[in-house]
Amino acid sequence: MSESVRAAEELNPLIPHLSEIILGAVWFLILFGLIWKFVVPNFEKAYADRTAAIEGGLAAAETKQAEADAKLAELEAQLADARHEAARIREEAREQGAAIVSDLRAQGQAEQTRIVEAGKAQIEAERQQAVASLRAEVGSLATGLAGRIVGESLEDEARQGRVVERFLADLETGTPGVN
Amino acid sequence: MSDTIAVIMAAEGFTPPGPADFDLPPIFGEVTKPMVMVGLSVVLIFTLFYAMSRKAAIVPGRMQFAGEFVYGGVRNSIARESIGSEHFMKFVPYLFALFTFVLVNNYFGMIPIVQFPTFSHSGYAYGLAALSWLLYNGVGIWKHGALGYLKHVSVPAGVSGVMLLLIVPLEILSNIVVRPVTLALRLFANMFAGHLLLILFALGGEYLLVEASPSVLNIVGGIGAIIMFFLVSALELLVMFLQAYVFTLLTAMYVAGAVAEEH
Repeated sequence: MSESVRAAEELNPLIPHLSEIILGAVWFLILFGLIWKFVVPNFEKAYADRTAAIEGGLAAAETKQAEADAKLAELEAQLADARHEAARIREEAREQGAAIVSDLRAQGQAEQTRIVEAGKAQIEAERQQAVASLRAEVGSLATGLAGRIVGESLEDEARQGRVVERFLADLETGTPGVN
Repeated sequence: MSDTIAVIMAAEGFTPPGPADFDLPPIFGEVTKPMVMVGLSVVLIFTLFYAMSRKAAIVPGRMQFAGEFVYGGVRNSIARESIGSEHFMKFVPYLFALFTFVLVNNYFGMIPIVQFPTFSHSGYAYGLAALSWLLYNGVGIWKHGALGYLKHVSVPAGVSGVMLLLIVPLEILSNIVVRPVTLALRLFANMFAGHLLLILFALGGEYLLVEASPSVLNIVGGIGAIIMFFLVSALELLVMFLQAYVFTLLTAMYVAGAVAEEH
């Protein structure tokens, strides 16, 4: 093999030095090992932590949301209760009002009846009294009248008539007879 | 771009850069610059991400937020999207290490003083592709058993009869042989070509402006080369990210194919 051919062959860039293949591979494997052991775990840890942080944040937000929902439901229930209570009280008041009105009405009715009854009783009593006194008076008047009729002559019809008229007039004026 | 390259190539006495520019002399003993760089990248990545993840705070600070942005991107939009939420966590450390390792070593090509993409030395790309190959085949064998996995990678669902004679070798070739090769070559070739272009425009521009005879063509070509250097640099920033992303995404998809119940 001549010198020039050997030189050209050595300079063919496609033909590698074995030492460079081995060296390149070894250095690369060293880098691979270092990256595998020290760099990738760190980056993956950052990724995992970040995912966890985001998921944690979401979970916290969900809890908060659930709490807010529960609170809202509770408040709505309370509000409904209050509305119910108010309706109940109003109903009760209405019933009580009606009861009071009917009570008063009954009382009024009773009072009215009582007053009327009392009036009637008084009137009756007074009538009884009037009847009694009238009866007594009528007796005496009748007696007086009879006496007068008997005392005077009764043959004269005209006189008789006068006597009766005078009697009646006396009755009217309230002066009982002339005797 | 091609005009500028033509001017640079036409310049007399200019040696265009080639593979020899990637064959850096050892710094001490047998240790070369990319060897130091891979080690440095591991120290850098681990220190940085350990510092960013150490607090593991629920509300991340600026540092942790930046770390989680990168980690979450690999974890969710590469690993989980490809492998599915059932199995993906097992592979996140590997995929995250893979993404950051390729990304930092690629961006070494843009960082002043370092200014050399590790993966423009094909050995490093082969090494990584071999590990990814071991990973997805290992996972497949662990999941389906050796024979089950062989059937899993060679017989696609819904194919039967004579077609199998054609399909089985193709499937084995593409799933077992082609995948790691393309994985490695894609990364290596992008880094190699990008860096070569940058060297070409930097050295060519410098040569045309400083050392070549000051003709109009040389000056215009030189300025063009410097402008191209910045444009290609901007493109490279994108490519460096994309290659890290693609390498990780493809590994994730191969793993996903291996753990899948059916094709």
